[in-house]
Amino acid sequence: MASGYDRALSVFSPDGHVFQVEYALEAVKRGTCAVAVKGTDPESQVVVLGCEKRSALKLQDTRITPSKISMVDTHVCLAFAGLNADARILVDKARLEAQSHRLTVEDPVSVEYITKYVAGVQQRYTQSGGVRPFGISTLIVGFDPGSKEARLYQTEPSGIYSAWKANAIGRSSKTVREFLERNHKDSMTRDETIELTIKSLLEVVQTGAKNIEIAIMAPGKTVEMLPGEDIEKIVEKINSEKDAQAEASASRRGGQRAAAGDAAASAQGPEQVLAQRPAGEGSGAPPE
Amino acid sequence: MYVMEVLLGITGKDFTIIAASKAAMRGASILKVNDDKTRPLNKHTLMAYSGEAGDTVQFAEYVQANVQLYSMRNSTDLTPYETASFVRSELAKSLRSRSPYTVNLLLGGYDPIKDQPQLYWIDYLASCANVPYAAHGYAQYYCLSILDKHHHPDISFEQGMKILRMCTDELKRRLPIDFKGVIVKVVTKDGVREEPYEDDKQVLAP
Repeated sequence: MASGYDRALSVFSPDGHVFQVEYALEAVKRGTCAVAVKGTDPESQVVVLGCEKRSALKLQDTRITPSKISMVDTHVCLAFAGLNADARILVDKARLEAQSHRLTVEDPVSVEYITKYVAGVQQRYTQSGGVRPFGISTLIVGFDPGSKEARLYQTEPSGIYSAWKANAIGRSSKTVREFLERNHKDSMTRDETIELTIKSLLEVVQTGAKNIEIAIMAPGKTVEMLPGEDIEKIVEKINSEKDAQAEASASRRGGQRAAAGDAAASAQGPEQVLAQRPAGEGSGAPPE
Repeated sequence: MYVMEVLLGITGKDFTIIAASKAAMRGASILKVNDDKTRPLNKHTLMAYSGEAGDTVQFAEYVQANVQLYSMRNSTDLTPYETASFVRSELAKSLRSRSPYTVNLLLGGYDPIKDQPQLYWIDYLASCANVPYAAHGYAQYYCLSILDKHHHPDISFEQGMKILRMCTDELKRRLPIDFKGVIVKVVTKDGVREEPYEDDKQVLAP
């Protein structure tokens, strides 16, 4: 199928592809989704990272299972999609570089610098012998030392890096990115930014609040992980807004028919189930 | 000349005071009068250093970078005891190398788990001792007797500062050179802070 050009990493196929790198991108697509959104409210900028958490098995200790969001330095945060094990290595290299940078030039790294470094490492693993590329994309967010301007970068297995206002990586990242493109506004406040992040994640996360993880960065502060209850509250708010909207459009279509349907529905009592269901999931069928 | 540099450490009920002289010296000259010979390692640990000019800062920053890297990697801080063990092992390695670091250290900290202050006396031969109060250089000769007499594990912060004042006064009285006063830093459960310290007052020898 790939006619042998995918055996050695550092060999091009005749039409200019490096297959191993493309396979790495495939591994990224199978990883759980990660979203980052900049809130550029001129008063106080923030940047929010959101992650889909894989649902834990019954006996798993979620409290101490490693998260997909990790700190590179006190002012830089990284989320990834793809192979967890590969990410650990890459994150560790980034942390070492961040501290090494402090030691040599007596300044913390800028977000762009550490992004360039991470992308540089990823590139190196596409061009040397006996290695395979990192099966991860990363979103790197934070604030440059002394700056109040939020930064958001993405890196890919090929070593490409790019700056964004909002972006998603991993499973169904296309759906999420399109949602962000439709709903992103300039100068969002902190709360709006958090809400947009969660809303966009709900497009693809089936099980709602308990499978979402949110980290918020503000200038000069350490990262803040949003508590589970707060995420739950925001998810409920989003769901009730969605339901209200659906009801409004239904009544516009034909008041009588909708009212009759409502009465029947409440008699059977599936209304609670609807309220629990996360937004954006069409069927409402149990996941399986 | 670095035996003329003053490092003092005093622990009390819920704090560790670290004082370090402000003069940066080379030979018979004073190059700087507001030198800070301390580095914070993490939220609850402060390191004060004296010794060979280049070695001190190089070693202190190396330790600082490694302790911070540990915090980032493990999302937990090293306790003062763990930090002291790390520093001691690094100095022991250095001592047996071709060009060892000539650095003497006081490691002051507060253990937030055991809820008690900690002070470690470490020298360039990689001795490490957990002590209630400490001094490095010639300051030892003048201050340890004062600390012996007045120190108690349960002293309050104010009493601690009073004892420190007795020490610095005695140093001003007896040390043959002017060490330009001291920078005073305090480690408590809330972290490291600098304590304003007046050292312009003249102290006369008897």
